[in-house]
Amino acid sequence: MNGAWSGYVIVLTAINIIGLIWLLLATASSKPINDKPVGESMGHVWDEDLQELNNPLPRWWLGLFVLTFIFALGYLAIYPGLGNIAGTLGWTSQKQVQSELDASHAKLESLYAGFRGKPLAVLAEDPAAIKVGRNVFANNCAACHGSDARGAKGYPNLVDGDWLYGGDPDTVLASIMNGRHGLMPPMGATLPGEGVDEVANYALSLSGLAHDNRLATAGKSKFETICAACHGVAGTGNQALGAPNLTDDIWLHGDPNLEGIRKKILYGAAGVMPAWGPILGEDRARLAAAWVLSQGKAAAESEHEDDEESDGEHKDKDKDKDKDKDKESHE
Amino acid sequence: MQTVETYNDKVVRQFTIATVVWGVVGMLVGLFIAAQLAWPALNFDIAWLSYGRLRPLHTNAVIFAFGGSGLFATSYYVVQRTSHVRLFSDRLAAFTFWGWQAVIVAAAVTLPMGLTQSHEYAELIWPIDILITLVWVAYAVVFFGTIAKRRVRHIFVANWFFGAYILTIAVLHIFNNLQVPVSWTESYPVYSGAVDAMVQWWYGHNAVGFFLTAGFLGIMYYYVPKQAQRPIYSYRLSVVHFWALISIYMWAGPHHLHYTALPDWAQSLGMVFSLILLAPSWGGMINGMMTLSGAWHKLRTDPILKFMIVSLSFYGMSTFEGPMMSIKTVNALSHYTDWTIGHVHSGALGWVAFITIGAVYSMLPKLFGRERMHSVKAIDAHFWIATIGIVLYITAMWIAGVMQGLMWRATNPDGTLTYTFIESVRQTYPYYVTRFVGGLMFLSGMLIMVWNVWKTCLPARDLPVARIPAPAHA
Repeated sequence: MNGAWSGYVIVLTAINIIGLIWLLLATASSKPINDKPVGESMGHVWDEDLQELNNPLPRWWLGLFVLTFIFALGYLAIYPGLGNIAGTLGWTSQKQVQSELDASHAKLESLYAGFRGKPLAVLAEDPAAIKVGRNVFANNCAACHGSDARGAKGYPNLVDGDWLYGGDPDTVLASIMNGRHGLMPPMGATLPGEGVDEVANYALSLSGLAHDNRLATAGKSKFETICAACHGVAGTGNQALGAPNLTDDIWLHGDPNLEGIRKKILYGAAGVMPAWGPILGEDRARLAAAWVLSQGKAAAESEHEDDEESDGEHKDKDKDKDKDKDKESHE
Repeated sequence: MQTVETYNDKVVRQFTIATVVWGVVGMLVGLFIAAQLAWPALNFDIAWLSYGRLRPLHTNAVIFAFGGSGLFATSYYVVQRTSHVRLFSDRLAAFTFWGWQAVIVAAAVTLPMGLTQSHEYAELIWPIDILITLVWVAYAVVFFGTIAKRRVRHIFVANWFFGAYILTIAVLHIFNNLQVPVSWTESYPVYSGAVDAMVQWWYGHNAVGFFLTAGFLGIMYYYVPKQAQRPIYSYRLSVVHFWALISIYMWAGPHHLHYTALPDWAQSLGMVFSLILLAPSWGGMINGMMTLSGAWHKLRTDPILKFMIVSLSFYGMSTFEGPMMSIKTVNALSHYTDWTIGHVHSGALGWVAFITIGAVYSMLPKLFGRERMHSVKAIDAHFWIATIGIVLYITAMWIAGVMQGLMWRATNPDGTLTYTFIESVRQTYPYYVTRFVGGLMFLSGMLIMVWNVWKTCLPARDLPVARIPAPAHA
């Protein structure tokens, strides 16, 4: 703000405050303001019976008004308010934030220093680290990935062992620090005629989902020449590009049915993971990564246990599935 | 030549009925979005039923359709009777009625369609803004034209407040809606960034200060002494608090932008002037209360006076709460929480709606040639059900707001936040249900009023023609 604007603000403020103080002083007297006695009508009458009395300003109200002025003038003397005048405290909101941040960092330094330098694989086993990591995740990551890290449509599940960019500790940390941009281009124009339907059915067949055999067979060669560039010839994806594995029946963007897959092929899909490095800093990012890794491990273990417990049941189901598959391919 | 001069009460009747109708509509939309917060499935996955589109419909309907029609009705009624002349122009007055109704209908169509300028309380798109400007200029001509040809020398205090509200809303509306149109439904504001935010809240807070305060103080200054049949307590107090109120409100907007990109000096000035605002606001409350003070016994028999005394109480309470919430350290807790919603509604339901309801009950029988409302008992029932509704509403929002503020700022020893946002939402559900019940009660009161108004107006075959009495000391 240049000097002229600053002066303008100061003058306007002063006129308003001084003007009101003058108004109060001029009217504060408990004597009547005209020849009418206190408590009597001012002598004006409207609409047959409306009148107003010549009562003085209530004393306590005047006192309240004056108190607020005293507070206002004091506040404006010590805090910035009158244009460019900084106020005697030299306070600014930036300084306040910085000092609060500094105090917080100083308090937390010893906590985070204890985790620094320890490998992520070790932190993922350390209950103290995981506890802080869980909090960091809940504050920052849960909005998209869910508080249980199981994701939502468009937001990857982080504990299913299926990694878009790789699940080794360093890659997970890199995803958090630098962010990721996933992009599936719209392929409608590249797949004319029944092309989209054919490739969609082939993609469904890769995960063993219900599909049309004729179309899927026709889609296979198209997939292997066009889609394979990113998703690989076998459809198992490519972590260097973040291209999802299409054979594991895990679906990030689309519904696992013909319509859902068709839409994704036609219109494409995009995903953005923001770079959290500048926001979290490496200390917190590493702890969040540690928690994610620990959750993935826990989920894998519990699944394993489930498998063992209900072994027979599962085997039967798998057999049924296989039978279905055979049926389909024979049709 | 001595022709009998009469008041133009036709436009007053029209606006009075519109007040009641839009009150029900606006509050019904409010009740529906309150229900959506408690039971989110009620948006039915239909875009134009979603909260984001209906919320501005609710605010515009209750402020500008209900409140606005109430202000038109009362200001036209008051300015004629306290100037002892007919309105300046019947045709312009009729234009303000039909123009204002057109604005309301246009708002009710465009807002659910998602057409918006995205400025709070100034959502309406630019073609509607131009219609508002035309109506408002006509309003100013009718009002000030009537004042200019008045037959009494002194301008009655209610008219100062109505005049200040009309002038200031014109300035606020025009400068906050300076937009560059790019199509019939879209436009870009001429301001950007923090300047846009500051202009928006200069507008937004003065919409509270001049539309919802000065205008309704105008109502208070006529209908309270009329209903109580008492003189106004202090002429001097009305002069001092008028000038203090209108000059200080102008500065208070920045308190909506504490701890934002707004420069520190502007935030400080906003806070300081908001605190000074306490006394001028209370000046109006004191003058109203002291006017009633010789007529306490009438409260036993006159439920209209109950509406008025309670509205003044809520006015005093919310104008105490407002300055407190403008203090930066308090604001750090209260801002963005439901406390703000509670504060707004203690003003909007307790003060604005109650004084309007009181004024409508007070003048409606006169406008339709009846001695009193069809059922005084129904007024009493309306009063109690509405009062309990408000109390439920604002206490629920106070508790919810303070709880949210505390949950959002709670931190773990490792510096992270203790609660995720969704946890605070989950904790708020019981209060959202309580608020819904409070709103339901308030709306039920309005429905009682509709019945009572219907029964009062319906038998009135020959509408009375009010002759203008001679001024007392011409």
